[in-house]
Amino acid sequence: MTDIAWIDTAFASARPQALGALLRYFRDLDTAEEAFQEACLRALKTWPQKGPPRDPAAWLIFVGRNAALDGVRRGRKQEPLPPDEMLSDLEDAEADMAERLDGAEYRDDILRLLFICCHPDLPATQQIALALRIVSGLSVRQIARAFLVGESAMEQRITRAKAKVANAGVPFEAPGAPERAQRLSIVAAMIYLVFNEGYSAANSEEAPLRAPLCDEAIRLARLLLRLFPAEPEIMGLTALMLLQHSRTAARFDARGSIVLLEDQDRSRWNQGMIAEGLALIDKAIRHRSPGPYQVQAAIAALHARAAEAKDTDWAQIDLLYATLERLQPSPVVTLNRAVAVAKLLGPQAALELIEPLAPRLSGYFYFFGVRGALLQQLGRSAEAREAFNQAIALANTAAEAAHIRMHLDRLQQDGAASA
Amino acid sequence: MLYAVLCYHNEAVTEAWTQAEDDTVIGRLTAVLEPVAKQGKVGPVARLMPTTAATIVRQSGGEPLVLDGPFAETKEQLLGFYTFECESLEEVLDIVRDLSKANPGATYEVRPIRRFKPGTAGQ
Repeated sequence: MTDIAWIDTAFASARPQALGALLRYFRDLDTAEEAFQEACLRALKTWPQKGPPRDPAAWLIFVGRNAALDGVRRGRKQEPLPPDEMLSDLEDAEADMAERLDGAEYRDDILRLLFICCHPDLPATQQIALALRIVSGLSVRQIARAFLVGESAMEQRITRAKAKVANAGVPFEAPGAPERAQRLSIVAAMIYLVFNEGYSAANSEEAPLRAPLCDEAIRLARLLLRLFPAEPEIMGLTALMLLQHSRTAARFDARGSIVLLEDQDRSRWNQGMIAEGLALIDKAIRHRSPGPYQVQAAIAALHARAAEAKDTDWAQIDLLYATLERLQPSPVVTLNRAVAVAKLLGPQAALELIEPLAPRLSGYFYFFGVRGALLQQLGRSAEAREAFNQAIALANTAAEAAHIRMHLDRLQQDGAASA
Repeated sequence: MLYAVLCYHNEAVTEAWTQAEDDTVIGRLTAVLEPVAKQGKVGPVARLMPTTAATIVRQSGGEPLVLDGPFAETKEQLLGFYTFECESLEEVLDIVRDLSKANPGATYEVRPIRRFKPGTAGQ
């Protein structure tokens, strides 16, 4: 790695802690961001000559704070500034900062920084964009690329979101235990949104553009887990994302089409991510405090543990979906459970499970996809065709539509063969 | 003498590496190890999962407590270790200097091994 690449990585890894602390000092996001920016500029001048500091985050906080205070003084009194060299001997100050940073305060700094991105008035896409810009420090260009939109549209989206956050006021008081737990769960949901935004790539061309969002979400989750090491749901969330992301290389075929889980080439799954995901679930389960992320991760783990699709433990998956239905009742969860039920008890039982969902899922692509597949298995071709046609009408992406069309073609061929 | 060489680094930094950056560092470390391994001097090597996957067990009166790791809020975490069979500290330091150049930012600790059992796992 070159010096510059090393410094870039140091900035990225120090950013949440440094920006979080600067936000606490200045209580204003723009000022905090400018202070961090200024500190990074000075680091680019100083670090290559003097070598990187022992604690880059402490260095950036110290220099950023001084730079911003200088700016305030300059604005008020036009006082002459001390020369830059005065600032550069930071050994003592740095040691002092490092001591204080070891305290618990920065945990709340980082949580606050993530939390302000989750303002309830912001639509999910704006929350994600804001978090990527503010917490992760991705450039507007990088974020726009990952969202597959133009740079100026993304710039506008982020500016609007920032204005909303600024007007709403930032909660600066140190949170009590219940507030902290609530913030943590809101932030966890936002991180999973970041992941899903990255994971929702429609084909093999989009996937590499969006993959950085998945990596970033996992990085944020690990960061959160280091701050709150005994939170089983954060372990579950991290495990869930690792296990899902482990399948990335197998999710699309050479022509860019979706490959279903049961048809994926499992040798292309990332074993390192799977192993880490399984280790985190093991840790989480010891807490005996199940939550939606842990259960979803456990389901993903059962898929990951099956060497081949036919080895999948559907009975256990069915039980886990039943648990998830209790923890987080939703017709989509029941729909997912139906896939396990179909494997265990056959398509008829699964169809009976999902029929009552029809009114609530009448606009949902997957509902008609699953329904069509079940009807197809039952040999009810005409009804299956109708369900597949409804699915195509509701498809969000060309790849989804193409996938259903493949089922329709198969129906056609079967029909022709039996005729 | 058998030496353990422990590699410490700030996990927040190594996690910020892209896969390509990670691959680059690992590639350079592998290049350092290859000639040493050819001389029959490299023992077991391990890269550890992040400390978020760690569990702590501690006895403080009564039953041992099982806690979620990492043990302490330190800036640098143990990322992994090497073992080398070398004639002298100087010889092992020559290898570790190369590892260090290949992995800027990491801290290596050289610890002579008192007792070594290759174990039975994976046999």
